[in-house]
Amino acid sequence: MREPRWLPWARWIVLGFLSLFTLLPLYVMATTSIKPLGDVQGDFHWIPTTISLQPFADIWRTVPLAHYFANSLIVASVAAVASVTIAIFAAYAISRYRFPGRRIFSVTVLSTQMFPGILFLLPLFMIFVNLGNTIGVELYGSRTGLIITYLTFSLPFSIWMLVGYFDSIPTALDEAAQVDGSGPVGALLRVVIPAAMPGIVAVTIYAFMTAWAEVLFASVMTDESTRTLAVGLQGYSTQNDVYWNQLMAASLVVSVPVVAGFLLLQRYLVQGLTAGAVK
Amino acid sequence: MVASTTPRPGARRASGSPEGGPPRSGGGPGRVAALIPVRLRRLGLPYLLILPAIVLELLIHVVPMLVGIWMSFLKLTQFFIRNWSAAPSAGLANYEIAVDFDSAVGGSLLRSFTVTVAFTVLAVGLCWLLGTAAAVLMQGGFRGRGVLRTLFLTPYALPAYAGVITWSFMFQRDSGLVNHILVEQSGLLDERPFWLIGGNSFAALLVTYVWRVWPFAFLVLMAGVQNISGDLYEASAIDGAGWWRQLRSITLPMLRPVNQVVVLVLFLWTFNDFNTPYVLFGRSAPQEADLISIHIYQSSFVTWNFGSGAAMSVLLLLFLLLVTAVYLVATSHRRTRA
Repeated sequence: MREPRWLPWARWIVLGFLSLFTLLPLYVMATTSIKPLGDVQGDFHWIPTTISLQPFADIWRTVPLAHYFANSLIVASVAAVASVTIAIFAAYAISRYRFPGRRIFSVTVLSTQMFPGILFLLPLFMIFVNLGNTIGVELYGSRTGLIITYLTFSLPFSIWMLVGYFDSIPTALDEAAQVDGSGPVGALLRVVIPAAMPGIVAVTIYAFMTAWAEVLFASVMTDESTRTLAVGLQGYSTQNDVYWNQLMAASLVVSVPVVAGFLLLQRYLVQGLTAGAVK
Repeated sequence: MVASTTPRPGARRASGSPEGGPPRSGGGPGRVAALIPVRLRRLGLPYLLILPAIVLELLIHVVPMLVGIWMSFLKLTQFFIRNWSAAPSAGLANYEIAVDFDSAVGGSLLRSFTVTVAFTVLAVGLCWLLGTAAAVLMQGGFRGRGVLRTLFLTPYALPAYAGVITWSFMFQRDSGLVNHILVEQSGLLDERPFWLIGGNSFAALLVTYVWRVWPFAFLVLMAGVQNISGDLYEASAIDGAGWWRQLRSITLPMLRPVNQVVVLVLFLWTFNDFNTPYVLFGRSAPQEADLISIHIYQSSFVTWNFGSGAAMSVLLLLFLLLVTAVYLVATSHRRTRA
């Protein structure tokens, strides 16, 4: 492509601005997390005058962060694995079979993703509370309730992304497996899943990230013992004071698992996230 | 966008078409009797495969949605939360209050709706603009492209609350970076403004939201740009088209189907956004940044009047459905005409 002479300049200015915009909060998060409390209460300083790793030790004591961390880990992992397992079967059906209702199913599932969480929140809260009252199944305030809710949040996107991956696997592969005596499910397990493994891992990470970051339902559906990180981090701000240095340190710590996962599998995730929209 | 309608060879076998050959695993042509159950099983299999997904979607999305519609006709105040079957019918009262813009409830709902519309238009516009600019400028290779892409995607990978909490620290009046730059370093302002209360809170919310969400637009548009065939650019370059001309006549028109999806998804996400204002402002968002989701949340859980909150949610849903339908009809029409 022929580029005008000003284009490299425009590129550096725009991309430079966007890089600064992106980096600024990341820089603030990282530097604030190594400042002593006194240094974050007064004027802001670009460069920390005193470096202290104390906030990273204090975060575990100020609030029961390890407990919230464990809750988030359990809820997000179980929700992610369950969601992807269910999505694999549904995506296989959509990718390999033409059946009446297929299109309606795809559109309905995807459209539920788009509707406001607040719409489900009140009724789901009422249903969970009343289920506890009437048949004694305590979903309100339990991890199970949260897991079931979260797995449906990532389900539509997981199905959508996996259909894209499965479509890219030649059907000749499953047919060969079926000639060798596997049923359709055998072909799925023995051929399609191994071939789509990078995609499946990427979708699992996506589902994990969704659950890890969810705030709205976590703020209503959890109690002290099942609280997740999204809500638990509020514990660093008390009536009188906000421990900004600890809050930044904790934000950094809770971001590490998901950002690391995202960056490692970036290529697959990007492929999957965009496959549907570009099609 | 979800499902292409072109049949694939592997799919035909299960479609139950009469001329379709016998399933291979069913054995030779001589075993006709054994064929029927296999074929039936084959027909039922896709439904069996999607069954778990359907059950869960029904339980967590469809049933609550229907329950929500029912709730919106009940006088569901705090006295009936634990035993809602006893809640008396409210008829249309919940809706009448919500759309009576002279009443306190209706008035504040209308204001929240207006704020949300303004916020959505600006946020979607900015996210799309930044995403397109970055995607177009990163077209073609240059050193550091991969690093930049990773950097740009990081805010999107970060849990929403972690990013937003950091912004709320940056917007602190006395210890934040924003006022440090505006007041002390550049001297643009004499007084330290408040960012998280009052009129400025709208700008704070917008900046935080755009920071978090523009990478999504970038991600999808970048893939869209990469999918445009290089031949088009070569052919137009031979015809003497310059960079601008190529941008206007090739890149942007070719991105139109991608844009249709990106703008719709951004619209729905932005209009329903709860996380950003909730983490940025805490439970009580200032009037100027009172997005509709947080407004409904507050008016439900502060007053414990769920019937009224449900009615507002249903109105929100109707509005979103209407906008989505009009948008799809309008953009698809333009696409078929073009």
